[in-house]
Amino acid sequence: MKRIRFTLAFLALILAATVLLRGQTPAGPFKIGFIVPLSGPFAQNGRDILNGFLLLLDEVGYRAGGRQIQLIVEDDEAIPAVTLTKARKLVEADRVHLLAGTLLASSGYALAPYVDAQQIPTVYPVVSSDDLTQRRRSKWIVRTGWTSSQPNHAFGEYAYRTLGYRTVATIALDYAFGWESVGGFQRTFEAEGGRIVQRMWTPVSVHDFAPYLAQISRDVDAVYALFLGRTALQFMRQYAEYGLRGRVPLIGSGTTTDEHVLPFMGDEALGVVTSLQYSAALDTPDNRRFTGAYRRRYNKLASYYAESMYTGGKWVLAAIEALGGRVEDRTRFLEALRAAQPTGLPRGLVTLDEYGSPIQSIYIRRVERVNGELQNTVIATVPRVSQFWKFNPADYLRQPLYSRRFVPTS
Amino acid sequence: MTITVDNGSRRPLGLRKAVGSPGWRLPVLAVLAIALVTGPLFLNSYWVGLLTQVVILAILAMSLDVLLGYTGLPSLGHAAFFGVAAYAVAVLSTAYRADFWLCVLAALFAGTVLAAIFGMIVSHVRDVYFLMITLALGMVLWGLSYRWIPVTGGDNGISGIPNLMAHAGMPWTGPVAFYYLSLIVLLVCAGLLALLVRSPFGLSLRGIRENEHRMRSLGFNTWLHCYLSYVIAAAFASVAGVMWAYYNGFVSPTYLELTASSELFLMVTLGGPATLVGPVLGAGIIVLLKNVISAYTARWLLILGIVYIVAILAAPKGIWNLGRRQSG
Repeated sequence: MKRIRFTLAFLALILAATVLLRGQTPAGPFKIGFIVPLSGPFAQNGRDILNGFLLLLDEVGYRAGGRQIQLIVEDDEAIPAVTLTKARKLVEADRVHLLAGTLLASSGYALAPYVDAQQIPTVYPVVSSDDLTQRRRSKWIVRTGWTSSQPNHAFGEYAYRTLGYRTVATIALDYAFGWESVGGFQRTFEAEGGRIVQRMWTPVSVHDFAPYLAQISRDVDAVYALFLGRTALQFMRQYAEYGLRGRVPLIGSGTTTDEHVLPFMGDEALGVVTSLQYSAALDTPDNRRFTGAYRRRYNKLASYYAESMYTGGKWVLAAIEALGGRVEDRTRFLEALRAAQPTGLPRGLVTLDEYGSPIQSIYIRRVERVNGELQNTVIATVPRVSQFWKFNPADYLRQPLYSRRFVPTS
Repeated sequence: MTITVDNGSRRPLGLRKAVGSPGWRLPVLAVLAIALVTGPLFLNSYWVGLLTQVVILAILAMSLDVLLGYTGLPSLGHAAFFGVAAYAVAVLSTAYRADFWLCVLAALFAGTVLAAIFGMIVSHVRDVYFLMITLALGMVLWGLSYRWIPVTGGDNGISGIPNLMAHAGMPWTGPVAFYYLSLIVLLVCAGLLALLVRSPFGLSLRGIRENEHRMRSLGFNTWLHCYLSYVIAAAFASVAGVMWAYYNGFVSPTYLELTASSELFLMVTLGGPATLVGPVLGAGIIVLLKNVISAYTARWLLILGIVYIVAILAAPKGIWNLGRRQSG
């Protein structure tokens, strides 16, 4: 009995000591837990995201608000269950102050309930699934990237009014990112009076576009395509091989000609018009400085993935600065993140709406060859586009999410 | 439906000892048991979480061991049942707000009935053909989880599965309680499976593995034995699926992927097939290695690959079979 009492007292002493010590050391480094796929099929995209962050942290010498910054990188293999395991490690074992990263929507959705339960401030610089800041939004997640439908709302209107298209066929990867992007485009394009006459979905693992290209109507004004990575390269090549290039203009989502694939394309990509919140060819001092530094360090073109994390990182740094490094109070830190106004962003001015999603310029870009290199030349800018476009947020949220079958008529 | 086993009266229980096992297994087993039972008392919640993963995947690996180790049927689609059970829990608990026991029973039922149907097809073939067909069926289910979007949510999966303790109305909460619950489930499953493989039925499974023709000529219905082995393995895999769904709080098509099935295969072969303890060991080694090494280096896949190669070279029959002249 005596021994038990002694043991209990001893344990209580240790517990009290750890609590006291933890309370007394606010001066340790600011820990950022960073999760991206660094192995598996999405390793290259993950690498770009990490590169953007490393570039920024080097620029500021791993310091903000008078505190050292410690970056802990974890590889989630683009598997949601692994994302969650890594987040648990970062939060519960490494005791990070902030989580950042992930690439895929599935990882983003898997992480959200955990983030809420742990009340850990989290920044999503890339994950673009609409509902993460809409119908299933989480208090603790701040999105600095974009929503899938955001650039496409602006693009639908532009395609009708400026490009003068009346009928469009769409072909896109068959998953949430594809549905939300095509849905956004279709909604505003048809609201103007245009018509989507054909909607095709290809599996994410598609290897040959021949069966799909054969089906595409030759009578439409344009074809809207959504691909990324390997599928973007292959689609572009086969589109030209099937004699569609030059006959039916090609337009699409920003990822189809993003800088992560553009250097590997040839003349078949020339003239393709897409929309996104960024272009490496954006002619502003901030962007020239960013792309120059990125090229010097990594010897390649900055993709939107790299820019997204660079910008997301700036958000984090601005929040730490605003609090003077006192980030221990998570609620205050979250408020600081939502209120942060970082400057010098490559993509231009960005502010967050009350749902924690960015309001930003959307760029309409056309692929051109300049000095022997392909680039996404900005041909139009749609300023201050919110995730709800011109719709009233409350009405917008009452309708279901864009899906394979559902696109609201408005 | 009766299974006649003629040697039921004289079960050679001493068989395993006669094979000659060096004395290291008992102490190792004791250390493992102590580690599993007392671990959470001095580990932080992250490590308790990892141990929970080990325990749940150990149930899954043991269930595959019945098929792979004892019956000699190499399945590359075993994660399918695990995934189907997890999806059943997810769909029922989120879309239909079903109560705990309905979720659990429906999930076990779904996994088992599915195996009962698939078993009709796969129990006719052996060896590499068995491998191919289970692989194909597993891929079909994976495709279904990926494309049946109104129900499964497609690529995004389903999140928002309630916490098990809250859902079941248990008074405890937190990762440690969940861990001990998983451990109890593991022990119950291990006990049942140990009884199974020592039973006359289990012995005839081993007989089929060694020489199916002889078993058939002795009058055994080998098809039925393989079929039942397949269904039983799936039932236990479903148990693991239920726990996994509650543990992660979400499901996604990656649960049913080929990589999941092959990693499971690796757990059993690395740990030692036809031992039941081996797969538990294999699950522990793989989960811990993956998570510990990847925290230190980006080249963790390379290191993991080397570890597997060394393990297969040094212990081709699995770690738990080290030093045994013949397995099981």
